[in-house]
Amino acid sequence: MSSLLVEASGVQKSYDGVPALRDGRFKLARGSVHALCGGNGAGKSTFLSILMGIQARDAGSIRIRDEEVNFQSPLDALNHRIAIITQELSPIPYMNVAENIYLGREPRKGVVVDKRTMRGNARALLERLNFDIDPTAPMVSLSLAQVQLVEIAKAFSFDAEIVIMDEPTSAIGERETHILFNAIRSLTSHGAGIIYVSHRLEELFEIADEYTVFRDGAYVESGKLGDIDRPHLVRQIVGREVAQPRKSTRSEAGKVMLDVANLSQSGQFNDVSLRVSSGEIVGIYGLMGSGRSEFLNAVYGIGPREGGTVTVDGREVMPARPDESIDAGMAMVTEDRKESGLVLGAPIRHNISLSALTHLSWKGVVQRRKERTHAAEMIRQLNIKTASDELPVSTMSGGNQQKVVLARCLSSRPKLLICDEPTRGIDEGAKQEIYTLLDRFVRSGGAVLLVSSEAPEVLQLSDRIVVFKKGRIKETLPGHSASQETLLHAAS
Amino acid sequence: MRQDIPANKAASTALPKPISLHAVLKLANNYGIAVAFIALCIALSFSSDVFLTWGNWTNIIRQTAINGMLAIGVTFVILTRGIDLSVGAVMALAGVVGATLAVMPGEQNIVVILLAGCFVGAFLGWLNGVAVARLSLPPFVVTLGMLSVARGLTFIFTDGQPVLNLSPQLLWLGSGSVFGVPVPIVVLILLFAICWFVLQHTVFGRHIYAVGGSEKSAATSGVRVKRVITAAYVISGLTAALGGLILTARTTAALPQAGVAYELDAIAAVVIGGTSLSGGKGSLVGTLFGALIIGTINNGLDLLGVSSYYQQVIKGLIIVGAVMLDATRRGK
Repeated sequence: MSSLLVEASGVQKSYDGVPALRDGRFKLARGSVHALCGGNGAGKSTFLSILMGIQARDAGSIRIRDEEVNFQSPLDALNHRIAIITQELSPIPYMNVAENIYLGREPRKGVVVDKRTMRGNARALLERLNFDIDPTAPMVSLSLAQVQLVEIAKAFSFDAEIVIMDEPTSAIGERETHILFNAIRSLTSHGAGIIYVSHRLEELFEIADEYTVFRDGAYVESGKLGDIDRPHLVRQIVGREVAQPRKSTRSEAGKVMLDVANLSQSGQFNDVSLRVSSGEIVGIYGLMGSGRSEFLNAVYGIGPREGGTVTVDGREVMPARPDESIDAGMAMVTEDRKESGLVLGAPIRHNISLSALTHLSWKGVVQRRKERTHAAEMIRQLNIKTASDELPVSTMSGGNQQKVVLARCLSSRPKLLICDEPTRGIDEGAKQEIYTLLDRFVRSGGAVLLVSSEAPEVLQLSDRIVVFKKGRIKETLPGHSASQETLLHAAS
Repeated sequence: MRQDIPANKAASTALPKPISLHAVLKLANNYGIAVAFIALCIALSFSSDVFLTWGNWTNIIRQTAINGMLAIGVTFVILTRGIDLSVGAVMALAGVVGATLAVMPGEQNIVVILLAGCFVGAFLGWLNGVAVARLSLPPFVVTLGMLSVARGLTFIFTDGQPVLNLSPQLLWLGSGSVFGVPVPIVVLILLFAICWFVLQHTVFGRHIYAVGGSEKSAATSGVRVKRVITAAYVISGLTAALGGLILTARTTAALPQAGVAYELDAIAAVVIGGTSLSGGKGSLVGTLFGALIIGTINNGLDLLGVSSYYQQVIKGLIIVGAVMLDATRRGK
């Protein structure tokens, strides 16, 4: 029996004549967690969708357990014991956890679904994985993190030997990540192989033993993670030296832009007060469920708040009025850009101008030329990669989509930018660009309030770090002297 | 130790690429409606000598005008991911209110009649909008309820009797003409021009598309979602009222049972015209072609002597076909 679960070489794929993958090479050994790295457009997703049977390759060879394969459908891949945890979560909202896990292969008693066995199997599976989720809970009642955990449990339930994990931790917190890693280690100790895709590089160094880098549709390099360091990996992924903005050269903070006093929302957060001044970035760090996103949404007005006040540059803002928030000088990048940040079917240009139409219109009529000029300027400034501003945003990569969200936010000329997980699901290159953007924004007098569950990101960006725990501010740390350990210690 | 996997050029399996159905449909999507309409006309012109005559075409457009008006308003609603089943009933109520004013002693100004009818339509539309936007009730259920309520009110208002002997002012709406063009067609053209401009060139129009594309994203972007949705239903009520007044004028009587099932033709026109039922995608040009296609099919089937029962079956199949096309377009 070969020790190689997957051996791919020379894999090619083009869409309408444009090559997405020119030279796909990959080897997955038994018992290995293999990180597949690469920015957007690198060819990772294309390669994985071929491996999963979703697409057919144009050329090249793929061997699974020493057998040459040519999958025609995802079912073929499943039959070869390949399972995937996708980045795009699409649960059936009104069915419960057990039904979602066993969708399509429900245990039956004759013709009827055996609900009790299904629930029991689901409960056993969730307990084995140490996920604290009720199998009878309807999916719609779960948080984004819990939905992701159910997706992970579903993949594990297929008893696959090859598990592809695409950004499995993007929506879950530290504690759940550790639980997932333990589950991964248990899988690999039984001989399974994991292909792990994540933009969170420190995670890769923690859980994976081998790596392969793709860039521009081709294989670049592979090896053992123990032999390299983070800067080397970043260099290989991005292909060039990346300069990081140094926040220590930012000047002293100016006047108070955001003044939140005693904000409360039952069940989410309680009596939270904080201030953000012009020229500073305040980062909120906390574990999943600590109320960070709910707090941000409440400040901006897309989430509820019961008590307390929000004042922007001296002007008090009423609850649940995001239009007033924008008028007062706030702008928000939400946690899930596809769900609440972008109108996916609409052109890029329309998305960019949506928050600033009053500036781009005359007596209610949109000034199209002004709008086009403005959009072109934003696209240039933020380095948004697109052939035309007429294309729908749905055609763009995650990093470019996030830039469109930022373009829309900046178009309303805000004084305060609120960001919830600003680099979630974004490749390294775009991430750095966004960091530079935020830095530029505060240098020219803006204020930023951000939430991030990536400790290195919070540490790199923030002048001050506010640690949330169970809906309250636990403590505030200065950005330059904090470390990952102190952060985690304060948050848990 | 870094290893390199050698590129294996020997084992190369080039696989054939089929012409995708998706590509064909994408082409059909962009020019499909106009092409379908032209193809339909060509086919019918071979089947009947009368089809391409001026008289026949005036008929088609006159018949299409009323459905077209309703469909224009319903387009706004469907763009916001809603639906309005009450337009037929609102038509009737506006019609009888306007007619009642018109037969009252002392000639009523046509403007007053129009305003009264439109007020009825706008008010009922506003009620629909509030229920959907502020009470968060499903549009299907709300407008289905309004359909019943409006129809009931129409019968109550007229005691079940038709309103006859309409004033010439009102009748002019149906039989008069402006510079040789029949009034219903003038109204349709004006309505289309105004609404097209609003949807394509105004901030409100952008907001309609944004709300339909993603309510949450629109809210985050500062769009006042509840107001936009309510406005869409008001517009739908207004166009239904206009259509009702013109139908009343053409039939020279306001019947409490007028407009029954008219909402189906209106929705069909919108869907065939390419506006997606899930909101955010579509255009009034498409709706107009959709209405024309329905009108032409009705006319064509009449000329061919097909019984109206078969016509209903055929229309139903076309609607299902159009929705299927929409679903494939969205990649389901």
